[in-house]
Parts: sequence; C-alpha cells; structure tokens
Amino acid sequence: MHGLLFDLAHLLAGMMLVISFMLLYQRAMFGVLNTFALHAMVLAAAVACQALLQDAPHLYITAGIAFAFKGLFIPLALHRIVQRLEIHRSVETVIGVGPTMLAGVGLVALAVLVVLPVTARSAPLAAEDLAFALSVILLGLLMMITRRNAVTQVVGFMSLENGLILAAAGVKGMPLVVEISVAFSVLIAFIVFGVFLFRIRERFDTLDVHYLENFRGERR
Amino acid sequence: MSADLAVQAAQMALVLLLAPALTGLVRKTKARLTRRRGAPVVQPYRDLLRLLRKEAVLAANASWLFRVTPYLVFAAVWVAAALVPTFAIGLLLGPAADVIAIVALLGSARFFLALAGLDVGTSFGGIGSSREMMIASLAEPAMLMIVFTLSLLAGTTSLASIADFILGHDVGLRVSLGLALAGLVMVALAENARIPVDNPATHLELTMVHEAMVLEYSGRHLALIEAAAAVKLLLYLSLLACLFVPWGMAGPGAGAAAYALGLAGYVGKLAVGGVLLALVETGIAKMRVFRVSEFLGGALLLGLLGTLLLFVSRSF
Repeated sequence: MHGLLFDLAHLLAGMMLVISFMLLYQRAMFGVLNTFALHAMVLAAAVACQALLQDAPHLYITAGIAFAFKGLFIPLALHRIVQRLEIHRSVETVIGVGPTMLAGVGLVALAVLVVLPVTARSAPLAAEDLAFALSVILLGLLMMITRRNAVTQVVGFMSLENGLILAAAGVKGMPLVVEISVAFSVLIAFIVFGVFLFRIRERFDTLDVHYLENFRGERR
Repeated sequence: MSADLAVQAAQMALVLLLAPALTGLVRKTKARLTRRRGAPVVQPYRDLLRLLRKEAVLAANASWLFRVTPYLVFAAVWVAAALVPTFAIGLLLGPAADVIAIVALLGSARFFLALAGLDVGTSFGGIGSSREMMIASLAEPAMLMIVFTLSLLAGTTSLASIADFILGHDVGLRVSLGLALAGLVMVALAENARIPVDNPATHLELTMVHEAMVLEYSGRHLALIEAAAAVKLLLYLSLLACLFVPWGMAGPGAGAAAYALGLAGYVGKLAVGGVLLALVETGIAKMRVFRVSEFLGGALLLGLLGTLLLFVSRSF
C-alpha cells in the first residue's frame, strides 16, 4: 500500500511535467487557462499524496491552498480579465510551437543532468522527483520568454511557482510559515499583475509586450 | 507444439471475426452519443459480404500493382494482428512477435496502399497518398520511441516477454509507462485515421486522408481494404491491452478454463476500448491537417521523455 502511494506521488509529479508541455502546446487563450487550472489541481493532488506519505499534516494546508487559489481562484479571475479585455482569440508566440517543444525537451535533459550529480547518494525516486520539479520550473521560464501576451506570461510565472512548491513538498522539513508566505506573495503578485494588465491595456491598447520594447527605445 | 498451433489458429480466426464487430460497436456508440439510432453492430459484416458479392470495377489505366495491393495490405495487417498476444501468451509465432516486426509489417502495408493511391492518377488519390505519407513519417518515429521505452524497461522487444514482465514483476506505477501509454494512444488515433487526425465517417471531403486513397477501389478489393482497416483498429487496441493491461491472459500451457477466462477478458477489454474510443471521438473536433505534425510531435515527445526518465532511474 505504501509502495503504491509512493508510485502515485511520483506519477503525479510526472503528470505535472506533461501538463507543463501541454501549456506550451496550447494555442487558444482559454485552453491555456484551463490547462493551468489542471496543472494546479494535479499539484494539489501530488502535495496531498506527499502529506500522506510523510505523515505531515501541514502539507494538507499547502495542498488546500494550491487547490483553492491556484486551481480555482486565479484561473477564474484570469478568465474574467481575458473576457473584459477581449483578447480571447489566440496566443501569439515568439517562435513556433515545434521549436518551443524541442527547447523544452532540451531543458528537461538539462534538469536531469544537473540533478543527477547533486543527488547521487539519495533514493532514486527522490532524485527523479527533484528532476521533475526543476523541469517544471525551467518550462515555466520558457513559457514566459516565448509568449508575447502578458496574460500568458502570468500563467508561465504561476506554473513556475507550482514547480517550486512541488520541489518543496518532496523534501522533508519545510516550515508551514514559509509555505503560507510564499502562497500569499504569489497571490499579491497576481493582483499586481492584474492591475498592470489593465494599465498596460489603457496606455497602449494592447497586451503584446512587444510594444513596450518600442516605448523603452529598444527598437529592432 | 500442437497446443501452440491450435492457439495460434484460434487467434488468427478470432481477430478476423471480431474486427468488424469492433468497428460496428464504435460506430453504434458514436451514433448513440449523438442521439441517433445508428446501424446495428453487425452492419460491417453485412457490408463486407455485400462488397464481396459485387463486381470489382477497375480504372482503364490501373496497373497490376493496383490489383494486388488489397491482398498485400490485408495479408500484412492480418499477420501483424496474429503476432499480438490477445487472449493467450503462448503463441506459435511468439518468437517472431517482435514489436519492431509489427511496425515494419504495418509500414509496408501503408507503403503499398499509398502507391496504389497514386497508381490510377486521380487527384484525390494523390492528395490522400501524400497526406498519409506525411502522417506516417511523423507517427512511425513516435511509435518506435515508445517501443524503445517499453523494451528498455522490460529488456526485450518481444511482445510476449514484455507482457510477461508486466504480469510477473511488481512493476508498480511507472512514470515512463504512463508516458508510453499516452503516446501510444495518440499514435493509434493517427494510424487508424480516427477523429483528431482524420474523419473515418466521410466520403468526398477535401480533408479526408485514408478514404481519399482508397476512393478508386470497389467490390472485393474494397472489401479487403475495409477488412484490413478494421483488423488494424483491433490490432492497436489489442496492443494497448497486451502491453498495459495484460491481466487475465492465459499463460503458456494453461488449461481450458484459463483460455475461456482469457477470451472473456479479451472481449471485455476490446468492448471497453471501443466505447472509450467512441467517447474520445465524439468529444473532440478534427484538427487542421497542418496541426497533425504538432499532435504527433507531442507523441514523439512523450516517448522521448519516457526513455530519458528511464535512464535517470537506471543510472542508480
């Protein structure tokens, strides 16, 4: 039973990696938001699994925060923002989907190469979990730099933060205060993002950050 | 030896008998899901019989290749389906049941079908062949990558041994296995011309792929090609069942009760697979032809990730 639970936690971490790739693959704005909600819900399930495994009740609170805020509240709020700004057509990418996915595989290989020497003496599955978390973080970064639209960049940032929580839940001894403060700082970051989205939109009539570069004098 | 021969013969007959029923089940379920009554499950058998009785009409400039292709395609697909363990592991052709051999058999069947599509020289056939080749060139690397993942895990490319490995050892929930399952489902959808890639229910539409290639066939030739398509669908479902849910299959040298149990389990697995396929096909829309490369690129990526992760867990 314990072994099966261990496998399940591991499988959920692997699913998060696959959903990160699905985020890179999505073309429609609402598809991105729904996939992000799925990402957060799988994270909540993975953290709950870890809580059961490590017998650490405070991780249930982390799972609850991930589910309520990131799985429900933030995607719903982003839905409303996208509807009010009327930008739900399609996602503008800097480079094509194919090259982005290839870059993603490269990043996963990089994460594996980085994690292997560091965790040489730990259990094999812990090393794999850490590799998954690092890959999710790197894919979040990749999503932020390959999307033009500010809303998708916010989603990239949030998925990166999901990776951080996955890494933190896998190791023992993360204090609850740290987790709660991280969760709330992300929420505040989201509110700041939201305010900025409306301001950028008011000022430039678009959410394509490409126009900001022109404004700053970085013309290409 | 003689028992193996009997099991092998029973399986070859079984795949041929069950394949049209599976196609009929998928069509019936799809019709019911869209609130139509639908044709009965046995309709594909009647279609095949009717086509076999009809006269085969050949185009004036059709070469010998056009005439032999239906037989070649049907034979290759049937042999491939006979290699996949369905209700029992101990098959006479077991030693030859290599996953790569099955991929090669299906590839050669597709090659001849594409040539036949080009043979008569109609524009529809040409479009169909070129698109089929595009899909094949993307689906085959993905399929092979998934096969490599499973072979690395089990240490063999023989299907019976992989199934035996998953049955016998306490493999547990492996991430690589999950990735391989998702990838194989995507490849199976593309290879069988199912909905996100091709629509199996259309005739004379500009987006069709498989139907465009076989547009010139009629009579017994068309019957053979339709039967081959049905057997191929059954083959992919059997492959998924054999690799990922092998429980219930009769081992080598088992008694009659075990064979009966394996048979019932196999029919049950096929029915579940067919209903799930109909659900997927009803739930999603067909994608544009140019997005197929991204879809199958995703399958390739899943296979690649599975292999990569296997190396991580192996290196300890």
